[in-house]
Amino acid sequence: MSKVRTLILRAPGTNCDEETAFAFEQAGAVVSLVHISQLIDRTKQLKDYQIMVIPGGFTYGDDMGAGKVLANEIRLKLGRDIERFTENGGLILGICNGFQVLVKTGILPGLLPTSKLPLTLTTNDSGRFECRWVYLVANRESRCVFTRGIERMYLPVAHGEGKVVADPKVLPGLDVVLYYTDEQGNTKAGYPYNPNGSVANIAGISDATGRIFALMPHPERFTRGSQHPRWQSEGTKERGDGFRIFTNAVKWAKSL
Amino acid sequence: MYRVEVYLRSHLPDARGQGLVRDIGDLRITTVSDVRVRDIYWLDAALRPDELDMLCRRLLADPVTQEYHCDTEFKSQDKTDPGLYSVEVAYNAGVTDPVEDSIKKAVLDLGIKDVRAVKTAKRYLIRGELSKNELEVISSRLLVNPIIQHVVEHEVVAFPESPRYHFKLKEIDLLGAEGAKLSEIARQFSFTKDELGVITTYFKEGERNPTDAELETLAQTWSEHCVHKTFKARISFGDTVIDNLLKSTVMKVTEELDKPWCLSVFEDNAGVIDFDGRWALCFKVETHNHPSAVEPYGGAATGIGGVVRDIMGTGLSAKPILNTDVFCFAPPDLPYDRLPPGVLHPRRIFKGVRAGVADYGNRLGIPTLNGAILFDERYTANPLVYCGTVGLLPKNLSRQGQQKAGDLVVLCGGRTGRDGIHGVTFASEQLTQESTAVSYASVQIGNPIVEKRLIDVLLKARDRRLFTRITDCGGGGLSSAVGEMAAETGVRVYLDRVSLKYAGLSYPEIWISESQERMVLAVPPECSEELLALFASEGSEATVIGEFTDEHRLKLFYQENLVADLSMEFLHQGRPQLELEATWQKPQHAEPDLAQQPDLAETLLKVLSSFNVCSKEWVIRQYDHEVQGSSVLKPLVGRDNDGPGDAAILRPVLDSEMGVIVSNGINPKYGDIDPYWMAASAIDEALRQIIAVGGNLKRVALLDNFSWGNTNRPHNLGALVRAAQACYDMALVYETPFISGKDSLNNEFELTGKTISIPHTLLISAIGVMSDTSRAVSMDLKKAGDLIYIVGTTQNELGGSEYFRSLGSVGNNVPRVDPHQAKEAMERLSLATEQGLVRACHDLSEGGIGVAIAEMAFAGRLGAVVSLKDMPLGEPMDRDDLILFSESNSRFLVEVAPNDKDKFERVMDKTSFASIGQVTPSEMLEIYGIGGRKVVGVSIAKLKEAWQKPLSW
Repeated sequence: MSKVRTLILRAPGTNCDEETAFAFEQAGAVVSLVHISQLIDRTKQLKDYQIMVIPGGFTYGDDMGAGKVLANEIRLKLGRDIERFTENGGLILGICNGFQVLVKTGILPGLLPTSKLPLTLTTNDSGRFECRWVYLVANRESRCVFTRGIERMYLPVAHGEGKVVADPKVLPGLDVVLYYTDEQGNTKAGYPYNPNGSVANIAGISDATGRIFALMPHPERFTRGSQHPRWQSEGTKERGDGFRIFTNAVKWAKSL
Repeated sequence: MYRVEVYLRSHLPDARGQGLVRDIGDLRITTVSDVRVRDIYWLDAALRPDELDMLCRRLLADPVTQEYHCDTEFKSQDKTDPGLYSVEVAYNAGVTDPVEDSIKKAVLDLGIKDVRAVKTAKRYLIRGELSKNELEVISSRLLVNPIIQHVVEHEVVAFPESPRYHFKLKEIDLLGAEGAKLSEIARQFSFTKDELGVITTYFKEGERNPTDAELETLAQTWSEHCVHKTFKARISFGDTVIDNLLKSTVMKVTEELDKPWCLSVFEDNAGVIDFDGRWALCFKVETHNHPSAVEPYGGAATGIGGVVRDIMGTGLSAKPILNTDVFCFAPPDLPYDRLPPGVLHPRRIFKGVRAGVADYGNRLGIPTLNGAILFDERYTANPLVYCGTVGLLPKNLSRQGQQKAGDLVVLCGGRTGRDGIHGVTFASEQLTQESTAVSYASVQIGNPIVEKRLIDVLLKARDRRLFTRITDCGGGGLSSAVGEMAAETGVRVYLDRVSLKYAGLSYPEIWISESQERMVLAVPPECSEELLALFASEGSEATVIGEFTDEHRLKLFYQENLVADLSMEFLHQGRPQLELEATWQKPQHAEPDLAQQPDLAETLLKVLSSFNVCSKEWVIRQYDHEVQGSSVLKPLVGRDNDGPGDAAILRPVLDSEMGVIVSNGINPKYGDIDPYWMAASAIDEALRQIIAVGGNLKRVALLDNFSWGNTNRPHNLGALVRAAQACYDMALVYETPFISGKDSLNNEFELTGKTISIPHTLLISAIGVMSDTSRAVSMDLKKAGDLIYIVGTTQNELGGSEYFRSLGSVGNNVPRVDPHQAKEAMERLSLATEQGLVRACHDLSEGGIGVAIAEMAFAGRLGAVVSLKDMPLGEPMDRDDLILFSESNSRFLVEVAPNDKDKFERVMDKTSFASIGQVTPSEMLEIYGIGGRKVVGVSIAKLKEAWQKPLSW
């Protein structure tokens, strides 16, 4: 059986592409780092891949809002390609800046006209960029294919604009995949457990198919045991909590 | 022209505004209840209404959280609401707005073609009762920095016409100048009398006057910043003459140690060492002090940008993998009445520098894993901003490249503007009250995304071998970069081919502009097409601006006119050596009144909450220390991820266990007593941290970074000589070569006739290779019942200590270093770690044993019982306070499991060490004095609170 092909999208300001590629490679995928200009000029085509990832970074400096300029570019230049990609069963993963981009294109939570975006990501309540580790609980009801079998995770966040703000009317229909919690899994713990003030402690969401998933925490930054901040005192696990997201994605794509 | 104002919907909290409310409170203005920040966009465009609407709706405003309105002109404050004040702040003309490029790009994506230019501004809506004076204080202390910004009062000329430039060759009448005229030329170009003398002779021989571009080139190339002329001077010091301090100390020790793993030392933009036989590591630390003093955000951001370009410009280009930053500021609670006129408050400098470094470093995707922040009032007008970067590159590309005649000169990255003109001479000069007013051109706001694109594309071009040599465009701009690259060959540069940000630059301005985010490449003609195409595909600019020759001359052209023609030999070897005088005499400081032994628990809490010792978490959290997925030991460690780690460890090659350790040693307080022991202590501290986290001395290299007072004063130069001598003496014994360094001299400030000099400050940065990162050790206590050992000898060395500082004294017994003994102990301790016998280890520095054990306990959320009675002492000491807070070097606290007691003691045999206590489950720190009495009994929660509070902003 042929290997799963994963495209990691690069744009000016992308900066988590290499470790994300490494995570997918470790999970058994063949990875290409592709610059957005290559997709636009068609030297590379989305249809040749099963998984597309928009990794973390500060694309175009996050000017006018995180992910805004790249979202604009994707929507106008690649909108049709992405639609076809997902119609054909492709998986899309957005991490951190990728979450911001997917929300601002309207690809998440679903393909709606941008003028009616129901959801956005905005400045953290602290007003600051913060890098810290967070406890996450996965929603068992979610259709998300990336988090199958995952109950809890401990992952780092590093962002200044990770606060999910949503029109209250859309919240009940949203497929929330991950919630910020405290160490015991309590969702009412507040800051800093919810590091940005996200409504309903939302850390990650999926679309209705479960195949488009985005999250603010960085699973690619915890794929080996010694990335854990306390491995010296708590012992080193072979794999970090985030690794399963990548193996899940590759496994799913393989079955296509 | 349109003015679009974007603002948060009124029911949403404004996090930026809330931050400002807190800052305003810190100014003791308590009547402000709310601040809202609005983004203003000025568009120079002719748009249809539907286009304008789409642009606002789709691009400028967020549809969920924001609203907007459009206008065609500036409207001053709405007078209907008396409790609401509006302050609109815009960039000054000539300051490049970093957001402009992104907007123009996105607008084009939207299919709108007619947006010629964009400018951004901010509008602050401040609610509260304020006097005119209070509003002015808020605006000048928090909202506006006149160096780059102004308050928009009336009508706005958002898009002034660029002046046109008409070429006219300018010659300076040097040969006809005498007396005052000659001094005027010397002053204008910052030449010494001797320097101008040899320049005059050179041009006399050529029978012509120099052009302005020629004198500028010489001025830049011979500046302190570029050529380190003080370090290379002939210095008479007592009975001895030192011919080139650099070569007779820090460079000499490297030569003598002659380590085969040193791949490139003191010749490239950074020093390079072998990592694992396949990869190499390069390391550089730079200062960006003067620009950060006048514009903290932009100054510090461009500091990071600059040192990252040093790494990109090392060998045939390296990938930046770690940032480390060390700052020295005046205390953030400095009363405003102690602030000299024209100087920014240290709190503002601190916040601005932090933001500049974090914004730039985070955007580049480089983890900031390590650093330090120190405070002393003498840094008020001269803050120090050290930015360091480690790079990774293939070992076979680690040497500086060499171009051939015929290779093209390619300038790539950002465009050239009037930025930073005369930044080099600015950096080398003394600051005055007027500096802030005249130096605006020397500071700019960087654009990290331009640099990130450059990093990405350069590594691709490197791997395809499309260039033969690379260097960064830093201080002195093209004049230094190209001039240095072509030293052995010769070069022709066509200045009119340089791609400019705006029209109107004269040829010398293009030549010496210090616009950020630029690199220079030597490209073989057959590779140029592929290189230019690669750059275009990644959205980065590259332009051929000339070619290297074999003429051994620097030739500059502007529109076919020859505007400079200098011999390379004269440019690089013609500078006369400086002759300087140095003296040094040990100062006498008052000793503190030690009549009464103070309450040690209270003293410990006080020392923990001093600005130097307290937690820097507020800063560290705002750096991305996880990007690249390489960290093994993070800056914040322990049970709650908030204890102070000693050194950072990362695994730069993701599928390899090999690690890199980076640490910093700095203690300017010791320099007030003796710069020799300050330098020795800084080296020992940097090495201690490497050992503490589980490293060893087998492959450790050092960087020196001297920030000094005015070295034209003999006693300051004497201090420099002593510090440099210590660098030689220590590094020789530890066998840790220096691989690169930097200096920033003349850090003093003139205030109404009185000169305030910074404390002489030497930063030693160390980089070590660790073969097995699974042996890394963190500093938090791990398990109740474990034993606590001290390694090293404690002496009555409290001169310059935090304890004495808390008593208002400096003292005279500065901590010394016995490098032979220290090395032995360090090697043994490394062995113990390698054998897995060390559960936790923390090096002892500011605040001595007291601070170290408190930090270990609260980081591990465990208690400890420690006795001072069995401490190995180097001399009789009969006071608990002196033992507890002595800052003797080469000491560690080590946690060892009871089962490993014998093995650990066997490994450490014959070194100075002792078991002094135990880890307890009680969450109390108990310390027993030499008389057996309990002298400290404090909960770790209280200790931690004292340590966290001062900078928890």
